[in-house]
Amino acid sequence: MASCRVLRPLVAAVLFRVGAHSRPPWNAMSLLPSLCRGFSTNTLTAAARKFTDKHEWVLVEDGIGTVGISHFAQESLGDVVFCGLPEVGDKLHFDGEFGALESVKAASELYAPISGTVQEVNAALAENPALVNHSCYDEGWLIRMTVDDLSELDTLMDEQDYEKFVKSIEE
Amino acid sequence: MMAMGNLGRAVRTLRAVLGPVLGPVAGLQLRLLSSSTQHELKKTPLYEFHLEHGGKMVDFAGWSLPVLYTDSLITSHLHTRSKCSLFDVSHMLQTTITGKDRVKFVESLTVADIAGLKDNQGTLSLLTNDSGGIIDDLIVTKTSDGSLYIVSNAGCMQKDMAHIEERLKVFQGARYDAHMEVMDHALLALQGPAMAKILQPGLNGNLSDLPFMCSIVTSVFGIPDCRVTRCGYTGEDGVEISVEQTNAVQLAELLLNNPDVHLAGLGARDSLRLEAGLCLYGNDISEHTTPVEAGLTWTIGKRRRQAADFPGASVILEQIANKPARRRLGLVSSGAPARQHTAILNKEQEPIGEVTSGCPSPCLKKNIAMGYLPTGCAKAGTPVLLEVRKKLVEAVVTKMPFVPNNYFTGP
Repeated sequence: MASCRVLRPLVAAVLFRVGAHSRPPWNAMSLLPSLCRGFSTNTLTAAARKFTDKHEWVLVEDGIGTVGISHFAQESLGDVVFCGLPEVGDKLHFDGEFGALESVKAASELYAPISGTVQEVNAALAENPALVNHSCYDEGWLIRMTVDDLSELDTLMDEQDYEKFVKSIEE
Repeated sequence: MMAMGNLGRAVRTLRAVLGPVLGPVAGLQLRLLSSSTQHELKKTPLYEFHLEHGGKMVDFAGWSLPVLYTDSLITSHLHTRSKCSLFDVSHMLQTTITGKDRVKFVESLTVADIAGLKDNQGTLSLLTNDSGGIIDDLIVTKTSDGSLYIVSNAGCMQKDMAHIEERLKVFQGARYDAHMEVMDHALLALQGPAMAKILQPGLNGNLSDLPFMCSIVTSVFGIPDCRVTRCGYTGEDGVEISVEQTNAVQLAELLLNNPDVHLAGLGARDSLRLEAGLCLYGNDISEHTTPVEAGLTWTIGKRRRQAADFPGASVILEQIANKPARRRLGLVSSGAPARQHTAILNKEQEPIGEVTSGCPSPCLKKNIAMGYLPTGCAKAGTPVLLEVRKKLVEAVVTKMPFVPNNYFTGP
């Protein structure tokens, strides 16, 4: 279950938030679909995950940025059937196009959240592109890359700002 | 047209999950709905029904229609192929032509042998212009009640009406008797292999007496005066039901009572028709393509060919005799899917054509596309290249339909 891994810490975080007023349900997993909507990112790492206004995210750990698309983006795209991704060694530029995700109806270009060099491409997506839908913050990551300029991260939104941004689009 | 857009663009389509996609339909691009544009759009009698059922509404040829509901596009597509889906196609233009010279009049506009149809039989036909181009594709049914019932594309409504009215004036001026009336009925398409099992309990007559392209007026689950025509645009067995506007929601609800019926939107309609090798007007056929180039020569009645009396006959008959320079062909590929306007190259990497429609096929798990290519490429298996985002993708000319049709042609 691809989605379980990413969602488990999420359940903990949400239960913590609601605090003393509620008891954990016997089967916390049964809540997952609704929780997934309300709290779409992993709260434990949300401080570090940054979002672009084009709905990519980047999470920098130990000098390497992992890049994916947001829950909102995957939901809007629908079933991803093909991931057009760069190759290891490709140099990406902040806000430059680096690939595209294809659903049955649409191709959506991807834009680099930071500048750097591609270190790894998620090989699992070749066989199972739907991971982008089922686990957009975990197993459905797209690429890992070096970080040329950490200050670029400051121009991106944190989770709270991004959620506000999404709300503003929905209205 | 589109098919490309960044995620932000896709996301702005939120309500249009499949967003910027369905492309130009009759030259009209699918627009995304915002609250400011929504009120300008025409609504079918099922508009509220769509919203209640989670329809994600988009602008399609000036109509607010669901591109999909709560099922994902692939789920919805596959459900149509395995069970049955209900589509609201009320945006399509329904007209009747009456008068004792009605057959002569419609034949003067189209390539069809309407005189040769049996009562309550219909045919796919084409409105052609004098250069042999296709003004629109439409279904003409010769009803037993003294009228011709025509269903044509929403996106072509204005130009079709103008064209027909102009020709009608001349026709009437020559003392012929024909009249056109636009119907205000809703149109529901029930499509899929389970259709007959689902619909039969609601009919008095027997569906096995209603083969493909035949039509009856009947009550459906108690709703009177429905015209049920065994046709559709998915490649599956199915019907289109023309129903009075005031009864449309009730009919949709009655059909939806059957758990095998799911609602499906424009997204699935497009991928289904593409798998079935059917043309989308504005993408795959237009005033710049002829019936022969489009592989629609079969719509031209034998009698009409002999008489050479349809608009564009000289161009079209010449192409039938000597083969057209280019033809609409099917392509299958893997990897990045080719969308509309993707360049098609030969193995020397010279451009030889352009994709007119393309998408990943939910049934075949490969990419399918159609486009116009030199007639020399028409042989199935001919390798070509598609230029997708500056990379070359190998593709093979493939016979259409990509997925076999499943029409009910008789007991």
